[in-house]
Amino acid sequence: MSVNSLTPLTDTLSEHETPEGIRLELRLAGPIVRACAWSIDMLIRVILYGLVAAVFAFWGGIGTSLMLILFFLIEWFYPLLFELYNGASPGKKAMGLRVIHDNGTPITFASSFIRNLLRTADFLPFLYATGLLSMLMNRKFQRLGDLAAGTVVIYHDNKPERIQLPEVERRRPPVDLSVDEQRELIRFAERCPQLSRDRQIELATLLGSVTAKRGVAAVEELLGYAAWLTRGDR
Amino acid sequence: MKQAQFEARYQPLWSRLDEQLKQLESFRFRHRAELPADLPQLYRQLCNHYALSQSRRYSPQLVEALHHLVLRGHQQLYRRRGAWLWRFLSFISCDFPRSLRLNRGYFAVALVLFLLPALLAGGYCLHDDSFIYSLMSEAEVTKMEQMYRPDTARLGRTLERSADSDFAMFGFYIYNNIGIGFRTFAMGILAGVGTVLTLFYNGLVIGGVAGYLTGLGYSETFWPFVSGHSSLELTAIVISGAAGLMVGRGVLCPGRYRRLDAIKRQAGRAVPLIMGAGLMLLAAAFIEAFWSASQMPNVVKYTVSAILWFSMIVYFVYAGRGTSGTR
Repeated sequence: MSVNSLTPLTDTLSEHETPEGIRLELRLAGPIVRACAWSIDMLIRVILYGLVAAVFAFWGGIGTSLMLILFFLIEWFYPLLFELYNGASPGKKAMGLRVIHDNGTPITFASSFIRNLLRTADFLPFLYATGLLSMLMNRKFQRLGDLAAGTVVIYHDNKPERIQLPEVERRRPPVDLSVDEQRELIRFAERCPQLSRDRQIELATLLGSVTAKRGVAAVEELLGYAAWLTRGDR
Repeated sequence: MKQAQFEARYQPLWSRLDEQLKQLESFRFRHRAELPADLPQLYRQLCNHYALSQSRRYSPQLVEALHHLVLRGHQQLYRRRGAWLWRFLSFISCDFPRSLRLNRGYFAVALVLFLLPALLAGGYCLHDDSFIYSLMSEAEVTKMEQMYRPDTARLGRTLERSADSDFAMFGFYIYNNIGIGFRTFAMGILAGVGTVLTLFYNGLVIGGVAGYLTGLGYSETFWPFVSGHSSLELTAIVISGAAGLMVGRGVLCPGRYRRLDAIKRQAGRAVPLIMGAGLMLLAAAFIEAFWSASQMPNVVKYTVSAILWFSMIVYFVYAGRGTSGTR
C-alpha cells in the first residue's frame, strides 16, 4: 500500500510549492482537449466574423472601418479579453479548462498578451504544428506562447463533493495500521456508495485475513474500522 | 486529532473563507478593490490545515476539498487589483520610454536591420527602375504608381478620397499595420530568425518603393503623404522588432539562466515595448487616414512631420526620467 509514497506516479499533475509552504497540485490539460477548446473558439470566431461582416457591409466607409477594427480585435484580443475576465476563453470554459501562471497565480494582462501574440508563431507552419511540437516536448504541455508567458492550461475542478461516511458501529482495527493503510481504508469507505454491492464484497473479502469475515459482514467490518479511524471511540 | 473532530473544529473557518472567496469571485468589475481584512490570515490558517490533513493522512476527499479551497484562495490573494487607468497612464508617461532606453541595444540592432536594407534598396531603385520588380509583383507596383501619381485626386488611395474612405482606410491601417507589428514580435520566439527576416523584408520593400517613386519624380506627392505618419509608424515597427529580438536573444543566449527562464524573463521585459509599439501604430493609423491624405499644402505637412519627429524623439529621450536617478 505504500507504493504511492515511494515511486512517483506518471501523471499530469504539476506541483508548485507556495510561500505558505504547501504544494499546489495543478492538473495539466493535454493537446487533445486543448485542440477541442480551440475548435470551439474558432467556431465562435467564425460566427462573429460572419455577423460583423453581415452587419457592417452596408454602412459604407465607416462600416468598413468598424468591420476591419472589429476583425483586428477578434483576431488578436478575443482570447485575451476572456482570459482576463474569467481565466478562460469560451472554448476552454466549455471544456472545463483555464489558464493560470505555472506558480498557481491568476493570469495577468502581460502574460495573457504574450501568450496570445505568440499564437502566430505557434500556428506555423500550419494548424499549430509548432505549438504541438512544443507541447509534446516539455513536461507541462506548454506551447511556445505558454513558455514565454510562464502560463499553463489546467483543468478547472469544480468543487469536489463530500460524501458522508455511512453510519455504522465503530470498531477498532485488530492490527496496527500504518498511516497509508489507514488512508486506504478511509478511501474505501468513501468510495463505497459509488460501488456495487458485489464489488464492495469482493474488495472487502481481499482483507479476509485481517477481518476474519466474509461477504457483507466483511464490508461492515471495514466500514466500522474507517468510522473508528475518522471519528474515534465515542 | 481524529478527522471528525478536526473537521468540526475548523469547519466554521473554512465556511467563512469560502464565503469571502465567493464574494471576490463574483462580479469582478464592480466590487471595490480591497480584500477583506482577515482574508490573508484565514488563508494562511487554511494552508496550515491543508498541510496537516495531508501529513495525518486524513481522508482523500477532505484533502481534496481543502486543496480546492487553497487554490481558490491563492488565486484571489495573489491577484493584482484595480487602478487600470492609472497604470495605463503611467505606462505611457514612464514605463514605455524607460524600457526602450533600457533596451536601446536591441533597438539599435533592429534599426540597423531595418534601415540598411531600406537605404540599399532605396538607392538601387532610384537609379534602376526595374529593380523594384524583384521586390514586388507588377500589379502591386502599378497600384503604388496610381496612388502617388502627381495628377491623382486620391492621394495615397486606390479608392476615391472622401470622409468615407478616410474611415475605411483607418480600419484597414489598424488591421494591417498593428498586425504586422505584432507578428514581427511573435516571430522572435523562433530564435529571432522570424523577426530579423520580417524587419529585413519590410526595410527592402519600404525603401524600394520610396526610391522607385522618387526616381519617377513623384516626390511632390509621395513624401508629403508619408512624412506625417512616418515617425510613429516606422519607429513602432523597429520597436516591435527590438521586442522580437529580445525574445530571440532569450532563446539563443540564455546567459546565466536556464533557457526557459531566460525566454520568460526576456518576454516579460519585451511586453512594454510591444504594447507601446501597438499604441504608436494606432496613432499612426489615425494620422495616416485623416491627415496624410488631406489636401494641406506640402509645407504644412512637412512642418507637422518635423514636429512629430522632434516630439517623439524628445519623448523617448526624456519622458519618465525620475529625480531619483531612474533612467
